[in-house]
Amino acid sequence: MLKDIFGKKRKYASIPSEQAKKNIPEGLMIKCSHCHDIYYRKELHKQLNVCPTCGYHHRLSAWDRINGLVDEESFVEWDQELVSTNPLGFPDYLEKLEKDRQKTGLNEGVVTGKGSIDGLPMALAVMDAGFRMGSMGSVIGEKIARAIERAREQSIPFIIFTASGGARMQEGVLSLMQMSKTSVALERFSREAGLFISVMTHPTTGGVTASFASLGDYNFAEPGALIGFAGRRIIEQTTREKLPDDFQTAEFLLKHGQLDKVVHRHDLQQLLSTLIAMHQKGGQPS
Amino acid sequence: MKQVLDFEKPIVNLKEKITELKNLTEHSDIDLSEEITTLEKRLAVLEDDIYGNLQPWDRVQMARHQQRPTTLEYIEELFTDFIEFHGDRRFGDDAAIVSGVAYYKGRPVTVIGHQRGRNTKENLKRNFGMPHPEGYRKALRHMKQAEKFNRPIICFIDTKGADPGKESEERGQSEAIARNLMDMAGLTVPIICIVIGEGGSGGALALGVGDKIHMLENSTYSVISPEGAAAILWKDSGLARKAAESMQITSYDLKKLGVIDTIIPEPKGGAHRDVKQQAIYIDQVLEQSIDNLVNKDSHTLLENRWNKYKNIGDFGQI
Repeated sequence: MLKDIFGKKRKYASIPSEQAKKNIPEGLMIKCSHCHDIYYRKELHKQLNVCPTCGYHHRLSAWDRINGLVDEESFVEWDQELVSTNPLGFPDYLEKLEKDRQKTGLNEGVVTGKGSIDGLPMALAVMDAGFRMGSMGSVIGEKIARAIERAREQSIPFIIFTASGGARMQEGVLSLMQMSKTSVALERFSREAGLFISVMTHPTTGGVTASFASLGDYNFAEPGALIGFAGRRIIEQTTREKLPDDFQTAEFLLKHGQLDKVVHRHDLQQLLSTLIAMHQKGGQPS
Repeated sequence: MKQVLDFEKPIVNLKEKITELKNLTEHSDIDLSEEITTLEKRLAVLEDDIYGNLQPWDRVQMARHQQRPTTLEYIEELFTDFIEFHGDRRFGDDAAIVSGVAYYKGRPVTVIGHQRGRNTKENLKRNFGMPHPEGYRKALRHMKQAEKFNRPIICFIDTKGADPGKESEERGQSEAIARNLMDMAGLTVPIICIVIGEGGSGGALALGVGDKIHMLENSTYSVISPEGAAAILWKDSGLARKAAESMQITSYDLKKLGVIDTIIPEPKGGAHRDVKQQAIYIDQVLEQSIDNLVNKDSHTLLENRWNKYKNIGDFGQI
């Protein structure tokens, strides 16, 4: 019977011998959490953390994103010295920040600076979901607002890659006010015909989605990225509605007219380059 | 039925006792006027003590009070010839936001505000004051109209938050809020925002970018409800009282944090005790704001607005 052939379970699993185990250095291989295929870590890294088998876009750190995007040695970081000060006096907050600084090597959940793609200069902000879930507090708001202001002063485009769990609870209403602060900065920039491109990556939610992430002249997203305002659980509890499986994915947003395009990570550099060139004076790269 | 808040119970009990004694004096031969005078004195002290020392959680209760005046009641008190207009011209009309034109001391203005229901039936119609995207888009449409006709804009903020629902997500709740934040930043007419009840997160902020931000004394303004904060921070929404204290959400907190311009006082016991008096307090601040803003040219107005928002936040360097 066919069923017997396909349905047959292996009775034994092969366990690597102690000797074999010793020959594989720690962390050399990595398993795709989506399709479970196993790869060399280096290979996945070269692919910007996109699974070669299933195309799943794994999380990318801010610096891996920047290094994989801009012209070699073109990036100059801005405002890296800014840190949170615990304005509400929240217990444990400073300790949590310190822990994430150690873990990520970042001072906060966003890296901003100036770089170029194919020789075209731009102001860049890249959020990192590894730092306090990319939640937005005063420092993130300040760094992004300053980056927008510099883009305006230097008449260069502003590109952001968003990744955020929403508001930074421990900064309370000051966190909320970063939504307005960045939006007011974007309005000034837009009034002077500045080009702003927003690329939403997994996950982009809450106050970040409801401010700068949605305000691009062009709004893009990576495949499969979770993008939404309210959390899925809150919506289910409030409305007692069954939500579709693809709810709040990039593809769902595209279908509902909320995005310009869903773009594969490997195609982003080319798209940004083409688009920025199109917005140079006279349509030619300067 | 008047809603009695927990912290007000001692006052209510004492008042009942006084009424009882008064009845007794009236209908019998016993003269209790001395006792009544003593108790009334004690009541005055008790009221001062309780209302003068409201804790954050008490203010949360006050901001959510069933009888707390809503946008429409203040419109009635503060403006004349209010005409409400409907619809976002894209999808529908959202009853959680009211919007229209009126006169304020003879000057045409655009008035917009979140609108809670005052009973269950109204709340169902108005979605408990939680707007859908079309509500924010209606508001923005009217704000742009105000800009065209050079009218100041007055926004009343009173919402638990933007509607968290499937359809709101589909129709772009995030984009609707974000668009309001950015476009309000660029409007060349004065915008005055007054938090009258709950200022809940992005849903409140979407009517809250302006030149002057005022708060009624017992209103709240926060990034998330105390219950939500407690659930996220300590996995227990029962710790809402503690969250209300740590999140710094009262008018006094926001003034201290540099987010708002003015705390508008409330009558003793809260706005719902005396709507007319409350409207007078609002009127005083509103008139001053408008006088202060109407003569500014649009460049100055926008520069000042930017400087106001640019400086909100708190950080250091390493």
